[in-house]
Amino acid sequence: MAEISVNIQRDGDDPRPTTARKDPNTCPTCRSHYRADELVALLRVCRQCGHHFVVGARERIAQLCDPGSFVEHAADLRSADPLAFIDLKAYADRLTDAELATGLGDAITVGVGTIGGSPTALAVMDFGFLGGSMGSVVGEKLAVASDLAVARGVPLIAVAASGGARMQENILALMQMAKTVMAIDQLRDARLPFISVCTHPTTGGVIASFAALGDVTLAEPDALMSFAGPRVVQDTTKERLPDDFGRSHANLRLGHVDAVVPRSELAATLARLLRLFAGSIPEPVVPAPPRAAPPSLGQRLASLFRRGASRG
Amino acid sequence: MVRVTDEVRRLRRRFQERGEESQIWDAVLLARHTSRPYTLDYVGGLFSDFYELHGDRAFADDPAIVAGIGTYHGRPVVCVGNQKGRDTVEERIRRNFGMARPEGYRKAIRAFELADRLGFPVLTFVDTPGAYPGVGAEERGQAGMIASSILAMARLEVPVIATVIGEGGSGGALALAVGDRVLMQENAIYSVISPEGCASILWKDAAQARKAAYAFRPTAASCLDLGVIDAVVAEPSGGAHKDHERAIRLVDVAISAALDEVLALAPRDRRLARRAKFRRMGVWGTAEPDTTASGLAAER
Repeated sequence: MAEISVNIQRDGDDPRPTTARKDPNTCPTCRSHYRADELVALLRVCRQCGHHFVVGARERIAQLCDPGSFVEHAADLRSADPLAFIDLKAYADRLTDAELATGLGDAITVGVGTIGGSPTALAVMDFGFLGGSMGSVVGEKLAVASDLAVARGVPLIAVAASGGARMQENILALMQMAKTVMAIDQLRDARLPFISVCTHPTTGGVIASFAALGDVTLAEPDALMSFAGPRVVQDTTKERLPDDFGRSHANLRLGHVDAVVPRSELAATLARLLRLFAGSIPEPVVPAPPRAAPPSLGQRLASLFRRGASRG
Repeated sequence: MVRVTDEVRRLRRRFQERGEESQIWDAVLLARHTSRPYTLDYVGGLFSDFYELHGDRAFADDPAIVAGIGTYHGRPVVCVGNQKGRDTVEERIRRNFGMARPEGYRKAIRAFELADRLGFPVLTFVDTPGAYPGVGAEERGQAGMIASSILAMARLEVPVIATVIGEGGSGGALALAVGDRVLMQENAIYSVISPEGCASILWKDAAQARKAAYAFRPTAASCLDLGVIDAVVAEPSGGAHKDHERAIRLVDVAISAALDEVLALAPRDRRLARRAKFRRMGVWGTAEPDTTASGLAAER
């Protein structure tokens, strides 16, 4: 009988077993159970099978940034409800519930910080907030992150975790695809690098906009990265899908990402890339001071000179 | 006890809602009408000459997108549009019902870059249910090509006039719709997902498409209200399919006017103005300042 089988059946949109308990501290693939603090210490990666749990924005920032270095910007932006949208539940209520559940203003947190001592602008999505869906606030905050990068002359790192555009904002959500692509274009004009990190899942309007445009694109193991979800593809085409359809290692094989990076190596990989992009900035011996003051004119000129020199 | 006036008011409002729901659904049906003029009909009506380009120079030619060089009021332009098949089942399948694959967007990008190099204005015609959700399309980078097409349009220094002439479905439509001016026909629709797709996700039932369409308002009037499009182009009474020639003339007048406006700008200004225009898109508010920031600080 299916219920007592230990073999995991992959099906539809989510390969994780449909019979899995909703306990967030139980691994959906191997059923190993963890204490909450244990899972945080493990970076939410299952010690038994390597399954990568979804990570919220704040925890992700804590995993990546040097302690105390992250300063959030545009935290006060909140989604409006321009269409007075109601499906089975009012959009306004969904927003309130999501804010109460996650403690976040919307599905993205942006700011500046340092990783391995290198300064960077950072935009981190949170799948727990309405499926990480991209509406007006996500688009605006990503644009703010790009502004921060340009103003400080630092790279931008975006960590995506999103089902796609937010249907409750319909056409305005679709326009955020153009807005975020233009935010990346602004970085290109400023000759600043953009690093895209795709985590499970990065689909729909997010993978078809800024997340696809990384100068370096990294993905977490087994992250789903496809424009259309597996169920939609299955239903539309009646094609048999490959078992690893849209998964990060398939994307690596097909040439859509530069590397699949386990979470335990992500911070170090980003630190290394930031150092590479900065040219010959040596690895700092002491961690950067928390809440570093904005760079002085002299520092900014110096960093411009370094970038100019590294381009030859 | 029910107060009669309240009840009358309630019923009147419900009738009004039902009326509005019907109106919106009419637009959905008209936008999909199989006799509606398609991109190649506008190409035939607007350009004195048109030479179609084929192929993405990498994998294939995608007949769901047409691209080429045309003469519009004596001026060379590049035209790109979604193309649905008409008349026979074979032709509809050949055009893949207007659903492009990555090759189609790569061909579009090729045409955009040509236009920019030669200084030709770009006219696009948007009419697709969405980009094709197939295994091959995904494997060949559907998402990346849509993003790249949006980026290519964003970077153009030549004028870009996009016209939504039927279904503006999702990212597959936006990939051709990043214009200095975006026009939309009266009965065209433009939305983040099809009403059926929205219904099947939010209502768990694709049959609720009518309800979904009413809730998310994919109409030209709503897009104009929200600042997503710049003008609504009138259609012949009963819809564009009733009188192709008149529909094409109305689109011609609107595109000409929009093109004249945009041609007045300097090339670099055009690109920055386009970026500023899309930057403004969206509606949001603010909470009491830094509640989230203090929450973050408290957590550490």
